[in-house]
Amino acid sequence: MQETIVSVLLAVIVGMAAGLLLWGRNEKSHMTKKQKKMLGRILAAATLLLALQLTPEAAFHTLDALVPGLGYGARLALYLADYLVIGSDILIKAGKGIKNRQIFDESFLMAIATVGAIVLALYEQSGDYTEAIAVMLFYQIGEWFQSYAVGKSRRNISELMDIRPDYANVERNGKLERVDPEEVGAGSVIVVQPGEKVPIDGTVLEGHSTLNTAALTGESLPRDVAAGEEITSGCINMTGVLKIQTSKEFGESTVSKILDLVENASSRKSKSEDFISKFARIYTPVVCIAALALALFPPLVRMLGMGLDGQWDQWIYRALTFLVISCPCALVISIPLSFFAGIGGASNAGVLVKGSNYLETLSQVKIMMFDKTGTLTQGVFEVNGVHHSEMENAKLIEYAALVESSSSHPISKSLRRAYGKEIDRSRVTDVQEISGNGVLAKVDGVPVAAGNDKLMERLGVSYINCHSAGTIIHMAVNGEYAGHIVISDIIKPHAQDAVAALKAAGIRKTVMLTGDRKKVADQVGAALGIDEIYSELLPAGKVEKVEEAMREKPEKAKLAFVGDGINDAPVLRRADIGIAMGAMGSDAAIEAADVVLMDDDPMKIAKAIKISRKCLGIVYQNIVFAIGVKLICLILGALGIANMWLAIFADVGVMILAVLNAIRALFVKKL
Amino acid sequence: MKKTYKIDVDCANCANKMEEAARKTAGVKDATVNFMTLKMSVEFEEGHEPKTVMEQVRKNCKRVEDDCEVYL
Repeated sequence: MQETIVSVLLAVIVGMAAGLLLWGRNEKSHMTKKQKKMLGRILAAATLLLALQLTPEAAFHTLDALVPGLGYGARLALYLADYLVIGSDILIKAGKGIKNRQIFDESFLMAIATVGAIVLALYEQSGDYTEAIAVMLFYQIGEWFQSYAVGKSRRNISELMDIRPDYANVERNGKLERVDPEEVGAGSVIVVQPGEKVPIDGTVLEGHSTLNTAALTGESLPRDVAAGEEITSGCINMTGVLKIQTSKEFGESTVSKILDLVENASSRKSKSEDFISKFARIYTPVVCIAALALALFPPLVRMLGMGLDGQWDQWIYRALTFLVISCPCALVISIPLSFFAGIGGASNAGVLVKGSNYLETLSQVKIMMFDKTGTLTQGVFEVNGVHHSEMENAKLIEYAALVESSSSHPISKSLRRAYGKEIDRSRVTDVQEISGNGVLAKVDGVPVAAGNDKLMERLGVSYINCHSAGTIIHMAVNGEYAGHIVISDIIKPHAQDAVAALKAAGIRKTVMLTGDRKKVADQVGAALGIDEIYSELLPAGKVEKVEEAMREKPEKAKLAFVGDGINDAPVLRRADIGIAMGAMGSDAAIEAADVVLMDDDPMKIAKAIKISRKCLGIVYQNIVFAIGVKLICLILGALGIANMWLAIFADVGVMILAVLNAIRALFVKKL
Repeated sequence: MKKTYKIDVDCANCANKMEEAARKTAGVKDATVNFMTLKMSVEFEEGHEPKTVMEQVRKNCKRVEDDCEVYL
């Protein structure tokens, strides 16, 4: 039965290796020379082994009949040749390892296990060399797969982060020339054509176009730019030709900062990674010593203590099986790969995580503190409502915008924005500004007053008080009260959903810290469903609140602070993990925070947490799965239930599954 | 001073070994090897010439993992 299974298995390997080799000729396979060569060796070794497996024993017996020992010798030579085809490099590596005193190296272990198995077969005269060759064969297949999978995910992830501009167009003598972005100095003029990436941060001098910011923010929401506006590198120019005056050098531009950050991210190792490298350092020697003990003690005890036959061959075989299981490759490869894939996937979704350790902390966040302005609210003042209006709301806003048209106050700007049309100044006459009160003017000859309650009192107009938080502009038209306009900082469209999503994701407490007035803060907080609200805080007060919360919380629950990164730098640094949002173009945020959200959508906070949880989930699955299977195999091997076949299957199988599982961390779109 | 070098190595465990070897080299303050991006970043101690230190780092890495390369 086992014979048949082995033959079928080898036939499958031969078929797959041949298929992969053919496919390897294709450019798209991205196989390296080394990988192709290895594939060739796997194919050759598997084919020869299959042929030997299928050759009937009788064939060698006939040779033996001709010259005694010829058949035996020929068979041994063929098997040994096959062994060398597949394992020679491992043997050489093992030899070098011994020379350099690196004896617990995996090549050394594989060499000992397989050579041991061959010697045992010679000693027992069983003629079963297949096992040793198969172990080597599967080991090499595992290594090949690992090397290919890692190469492939490396490419995948760098494609995801493909925001590096290859060139910049500079106009010289009336002609466009492509130059290396690094050669372009700050203040130079570059041209970006449709379909090209913006290579360097700058200001648009000429032209207008639509930008695709997907590579930076993960959202393919197009953004329009026109002359005079600032432009961030890394965006893709979609429609028109843009002439840009660079404001920074390439090295200081957003795109190179992001690339730098992501590339260095996986250098900051997480606790899980540290655990694995420590574990690997202890595990391999321990298993080797256990193998030695297994080979020596039971036979000695049997011989000396019990007066039985030592059964040396049986116990040595079990010890060799131990050595096959001793390689911790599944763990050491899959854990960093999971983090790398998680960071890659996150950056594709517009969430930059500065290191594996931060990804780990992020997954344990239980307390979330927010800044208000710019984080949960837009940070721009807008007309938020028109109350008690005697005329159409639009008409009232039109009046207000016209009256305030000569002012440059932020309030009048927001009124003009709300009006949305070109202001015809000729309609406004007799403008009279009353400092601290408001403005009086005639619009189309009608007297209009816009201002606060003091202005209304001064004019003797009875007004209705407003309960909304924000700036209230009372309006009087023709001496009659016409209602009031509420101008306030508006809550971001997704802010409420974001807070709900965080709660759903298991955040225990949400806290808002703001420098704004209590009335405004309480209203925003209540609207969003925030648990605790602290208002009228100075920047130092925010730090104090964060420190207080850090002292009170249990050790394992991590605290995150989300801010816009511009004035929150000290708090971002103080929290367990600082999350900065709306970072496109803001260096301060990228510097101070541990996690950077490229756009200012608060929904991304929950997304970042989900990504980190998924990644850490995969990490733990792999740790438990790989260590668990290894332990089971070790026990079965020690009891003599598992043979070398099972051991190598467990080893390679666990590794392949763990690597495939790790790659799952890359897919974060649906979270 | 900190510098980053491109490396070539086949397995993650070998990358860990290289990291350890690099850290133990004289003149190296700290070193991290990133297997995923195949990069080694080395922080040098004051008064050591990176070039000579790196020669030694490369040699030490080769000793623990024969099949690796550090591109200087």
